[in-house]
Amino acid sequence: MNKILSILAVGMVGACSAVSAADIIGTVTYKGAAPAEKTITPILDDPTCGASYNGKAPTTHFYAVGANGEFGDVIVSLKDTTGSTGASAAPAVMDQKACLYTPTILTVQTGQKLIVKNSDPVLHNVHLNPTVAENEKANEASINAAQMPNGADLNYSFVKPEKFLKFQCDVHPWMFAWVTIVDSPYYSQTGADGKFVIKNVPPGKYTIVANHRKAGEKTQDIEVKDASVTINFTFEPK
Amino acid sequence: MNKNCPAKYNPWMHYFAIATAITTFLLLGLGGLVTSHEAGMSVPDWPNTYGYNMFLFPIGKWVGGVFYEHTHRLLASAVGLLTVVLAVWLWLRDVRRWMGQLGVVAVLLVIAQGVLGGLRVRWHMDNLGVFHGTVAQVFFILVCALALLTSRWWLQLSAERNWVSVPAGLRSLFVATTVLIFLQLMLGATMRHQHAGLAIRDFPLAYGQWWPDTSPEAMARYNSQRVEVVAETPVTAFQIVLQMFHRLGALAIFLAVTLCAWQARRQLGRRDGLARMAAAWHGLLILQIGLGIETLHSNKAADIATLHVMIGALSLVTGALWCVIAFRRSVATPKLAGNRANSGELNCPAVLALGGK
Repeated sequence: MNKILSILAVGMVGACSAVSAADIIGTVTYKGAAPAEKTITPILDDPTCGASYNGKAPTTHFYAVGANGEFGDVIVSLKDTTGSTGASAAPAVMDQKACLYTPTILTVQTGQKLIVKNSDPVLHNVHLNPTVAENEKANEASINAAQMPNGADLNYSFVKPEKFLKFQCDVHPWMFAWVTIVDSPYYSQTGADGKFVIKNVPPGKYTIVANHRKAGEKTQDIEVKDASVTINFTFEPK
Repeated sequence: MNKNCPAKYNPWMHYFAIATAITTFLLLGLGGLVTSHEAGMSVPDWPNTYGYNMFLFPIGKWVGGVFYEHTHRLLASAVGLLTVVLAVWLWLRDVRRWMGQLGVVAVLLVIAQGVLGGLRVRWHMDNLGVFHGTVAQVFFILVCALALLTSRWWLQLSAERNWVSVPAGLRSLFVATTVLIFLQLMLGATMRHQHAGLAIRDFPLAYGQWWPDTSPEAMARYNSQRVEVVAETPVTAFQIVLQMFHRLGALAIFLAVTLCAWQARRQLGRRDGLARMAAAWHGLLILQIGLGIETLHSNKAADIATLHVMIGALSLVTGALWCVIAFRRSVATPKLAGNRANSGELNCPAVLALGGK
């Protein structure tokens, strides 16, 4: 009987939270001319990597800016929030395809599994450069790991928040990816449309932070009640 | 072998020392290519290579950055072997005991250098790369000195006493300039191992100013505008200041070498070998500064940046060997050994028995 009452109580609390929590939605735009991207010409020098491009090398995409200024790859999160659900979250996946990392900007929670794949018919080395000592220690065994063509996946997990932890391949020195680690589920990453949604945020006052690896950081104070909140960010050239 | 006899010219030992010095120079260049291509960590393990014994690593896997790092390791092994053979040879066959000792120092240095390179990979420590680059320069000076000290020319210089002594002031000027070049190469090694590409791209100005703004706002602006294909790492104020000191160092060295060349010609005469060597040194410095500027203009093209490393090493070794020769010319030849040897009292072979004048 007590067990049934406990389950009911937990269910009611959960239902109340779901009702009172709200989403934060918004758009991030880039106003002005972003720096010109560069062609990754060395990729054509490697016969295996170059074969994917038919003589036309790809470019960097540090500023994913749409026709109307929609700004992608911006990480939006609530400052100083905790309660990571990373341990139970689905693993994040990063692949190495055609000698590039996909995606190049990724956000995971502390404790969340990150799987790094190699779909290329060429060897890569996955080399991490953590700036937080605990993250380095937690991944010591695979901090610079060889990954043979179509080799076994590499698994990573991080214990502390860190912004833009750099992944690189030294075999192909143009290959980079940056992983941001947050300590709560209250984050989002803008897509090509510049939009973001942070779901189920409990009521309260927060500082919301938008971070772009190159364009920098913007913050705003917000209050979440029981309805969705819309908030937008605009970045400009410095 | 009579240890009291003057050293005898051994051409094969000399050629071997030259071969060791040339191989070391090539190794320095290959090391430059490793950092120019950002390939220092492309082979994650050491002393193995991707789990293979490094000498058995399949050629088919020498791709991308692995090619530079793996060939660097193989050539380093060759230099290690050459150094050990040279050291043993010197120890056994050179009557100058201190030459045997120099050979031992060379072996210790090459071992230390190999371990430093390995630990830099194993420990993921860029700072060790700076020491690795610096010890490489010291080792290169040593093997070049061994090549010089085993040469017929050097032994002849020691046997004859008709050379002009080099004034102490001139020697001090050359020593100071050589030390300055060594410090400059350490700065260069530090810049290379920051893995941040070019901290400043324009020249002679820096971000449009004679001394760039390094405030946090300025740094954020520089980094937001920076788009790199390789070495995509935010530059720091420290890296900018480092490059500024490297530029000022280049100017100071150029002026110092110009002064050295002028003073050597004035005090020793333009036909003197050391004056000519100083003139060649001056030429090397002009080439080196040109390569430094071209490194900036070419966006740190790997071949140009590597040539900059190699000519830097040649500049340092030229200064160092100049000093060695100058000091030798300023120290009197021990009379006893020479006189006793010449009198036949010690039953010594002729000083320049093989190929000497």
